[in-house]
Amino acid sequence: MVAKRKTPVKSRNPNLIRGIGKYSRSKMYHKRGLWAIKAKHGGVFPRHDPQPKPPAAAEKPPKFYPADDVKKPLLNKRKPKPTKLRASITHGTVLILLAGRFMGKRVVFLKQLPSGLLLVTGPFKINGVPLRRVNQSYVIATSTKVDISGVNVEKFDDKYFSKEVEKKKKKGEGEFFEAEKEDKKKLPEDKKEDQKAVDTSLIKSLEGVPDLKAYLAARFSLKSGMKPHELVF
Amino acid sequence: MPFKRYVEIGRVALVNYGKDYGKLVVIVDVVDQNRALVDAPDMVRGQMNFKRLTLTDITIDIPRVPKKKTLIEAMEKADVKNKWENSSWGRKLIVQKRRASLNDFDRFKLMLAKIKRAGVVRQELSKLKKDTSS
Repeated sequence: MVAKRKTPVKSRNPNLIRGIGKYSRSKMYHKRGLWAIKAKHGGVFPRHDPQPKPPAAAEKPPKFYPADDVKKPLLNKRKPKPTKLRASITHGTVLILLAGRFMGKRVVFLKQLPSGLLLVTGPFKINGVPLRRVNQSYVIATSTKVDISGVNVEKFDDKYFSKEVEKKKKKGEGEFFEAEKEDKKKLPEDKKEDQKAVDTSLIKSLEGVPDLKAYLAARFSLKSGMKPHELVF
Repeated sequence: MPFKRYVEIGRVALVNYGKDYGKLVVIVDVVDQNRALVDAPDMVRGQMNFKRLTLTDITIDIPRVPKKKTLIEAMEKADVKNKWENSSWGRKLIVQKRRASLNDFDRFKLMLAKIKRAGVVRQELSKLKKDTSS
């Protein structure tokens, strides 16, 4: 196979109108410099012999021919992209969570993960929301932004948040009655460390703005007379 | 109760419906019983139904259908902008606009400020109550 060109081929023959080039065949021959290549190789255009191909393996006739023609499914080269991030959501935006356990809490947006979900943190000390993934659709983006330049979020991705796979235990007769006595799943220490590492630098930049910590600690709720379609967030 | 604000040439009015909602315009001519020719420094002169206008107290001194330049000079001389922004009606509109543009964070800060102010007022009140009762 010929190696792919680094820059795409640009035509030396500009279009006067679609379908009609500016230069004739003889002019184009001259422009492309085919005469120069020929002159360099003694009047003959250089030709490469086909490279010796390895002998093709002998194909065995198939053992089984299906009775009806089997349809091959169409080729699918689609690569899924992460969801398009709303223009109002940028690094350090304060988001309002709209559903789930932390409904109404105001949290800080850190980054968008490759699956499309948003990585978000309370910070945990302020409002109890840990490093968490959240879907863009369940979020209102406010126009308040926080400075997160001091925070390193490189190591977090979707695998970090996957559930731990439990080993299957063989159930014996006696164990059936004691099996309910599993102890509560504790959060591993390294996750707590990660949370602390992210939060300390974040809280330092939060303290620069007055009332921002109290703002993040409070929950959002619709009060009487507030019209969501008229509110500016 | 007689009328106090009349439709006249030079009367400043507020547009209360339509594309130019909220703008201050000057009546420069009367077309017929229902419509006026209306002009403002940042708008093309055009007709508007009286029902779309609310008259203000401000008038300026202009001839009938003045040129844009004359209109602007007359508005500067009468100081329409400042008179409007200092009137209670004008101030109310400015406050309404400011309240509508408040951010979620701004609304939170406003709530804290209101609570603080109420606390100070209540302290003063209790002090006064103690003074009168003692």
